Amino acid sequence: MKSDLSKLGLDCKWTDLTEGMQIYGEGTSVEFKTGEWTSVKPELDNEKCIHCLMCIPVCPDSCITVVPGTKARGPLDYDHCKGCGICVKTCPTGALTMEGVK
Amino acid sequence: MARKDRLSGNEAVCEALRQINPDVMAAFPITPSTEIPQYFSKLVANGLVDSEFIPVESEHSAMSAVIGSEAAGARSVTATSSAGMALMWEELYLAASNRLPLVLTLVNRALSGPININCDHSDSMGARDAGWIQIYAENNQEVYDNLCMAYRIGEHKDVMLPVMICQDGFITSHAVENITLNEDEEVKNFVGEYQPENYLLNPECPMAVGPYSVTNYYFEAKRAQAQALKNAKQVVLDVAKEYEKITGRSYGLFEEYKMDDAEYAVVIIGSAAGTTKDAVDELREQGKKVGLIKIRLFRPFPADEIAKSLEGVKAVAIMDRTESYNDNCGPLGSEVTTALYRAKSDCLTINYVYGLGGRDVRVEDMKNVYAELEKAVKDGKVDEPYRYMGVRE
Repeated sequence: MKSDLSKLGLDCKWTDLTEGMQIYGEGTSVEFKTGEWTSVKPELDNEKCIHCLMCIPVCPDSCITVVPGTKARGPLDYDHCKGCGICVKTCPTGALTMEGVK
Repeated sequence: MARKDRLSGNEAVCEALRQINPDVMAAFPITPSTEIPQYFSKLVANGLVDSEFIPVESEHSAMSAVIGSEAAGARSVTATSSAGMALMWEELYLAASNRLPLVLTLVNRALSGPININCDHSDSMGARDAGWIQIYAENNQEVYDNLCMAYRIGEHKDVMLPVMICQDGFITSHAVENITLNEDEEVKNFVGEYQPENYLLNPECPMAVGPYSVTNYYFEAKRAQAQALKNAKQVVLDVAKEYEKITGRSYGLFEEYKMDDAEYAVVIIGSAAGTTKDAVDELREQGKKVGLIKIRLFRPFPADEIAKSLEGVKAVAIMDRTESYNDNCGPLGSEVTTALYRAKSDCLTINYVYGLGGRDVRVEDMKNVYAELEKAVKDGKVDEPYRYMGVRE
């Protein structure tokens, strides 16, 4: 049975935990907001973006995706972006910028 | 119907494993447990078990492999001794904290150095706080029976912990003794099919094993793990009761030998308990009120039960087959003394280190221990509460 992550919040008791801290069910990392780990985030200038989609495969956290049924880049998923800056380095037009990344 | 045979401890382990027919064995040879993977791989080669045998390159890999296979949903087993177990150290903790009920058939051997291949308990005693259930045996019959019960204990839903089935190197593992074996069907039915609720190879519900636990969770995780070990005590008793119905052989948390009216007692683990029983018999013939407690379950430790068993005892010798290097007490000495203190007992205690590196334990040695207990009671004090038996001085 899939784990109910709502019962595993920071104030849960030891008796609420799963056996061996195992997590059951797929896709549960979506609910884990790793975007909180960073203080810097890439910013997007829509005017400069040419939708070359180079930023999509390089993101290690799949935070940039193609809008389904189109060839257009979708919005950035800041809930899971850890601010690694790889997309900024890859962007050929300078549409993506981030503090500390040249 | 039971079968009579003559087997060594290692052969008894393999006979139990043949009947249990586990899914996976991963092991690396080390004296004196080498025969276990050796005999078992022969069973695999001859098609007498359905198990997958993984000949790994080290004990670190052996324990890693059985952790992986157990997490995948396969009933798994490994075997080792001494330095081999030391190389498993990191994974021992992982097997327990990930709540994987695999079995390690340990043949107790001294840790180096100086290098030595003979029996003492320094390997498993070093791992006493790794979170495993530890069950010890006096002889080949007990090793066989303990192993037949191991998976039922570890796989119990209130427990889900790895189980260490310990026997004394060479003394038990290589000495051939008479043994009563169960029928294959009896063991098969008793152990049953392993049907874990969650396992990695279940396509219906993918899972994550061993995720990182930050400070907010680690403490609670360890508390939950401690509860599982605590629960194991009752499960050990329940499984033993069920096993007795099939075999007629009775097991508890420990064995009490002539303890009913005992005034002087020895608490001991492993094969030397047999020697001590002979000493008890001889002293009883002389009218001495002596008795013995032989530990079967060391983890979790049956502290309250032992304190109760020692009620009325004037002096107890607690025998550790390992040196703890703390100038205070050995592991068993620590457990029993704590139990007595909490029970507000005024029983005198002497903690002996004995039998290191295979040093022989004779009936005379144990009779002398009882004599020293008697002297302590006569003197009303113990001068040297942590001392050695059998070392040349």
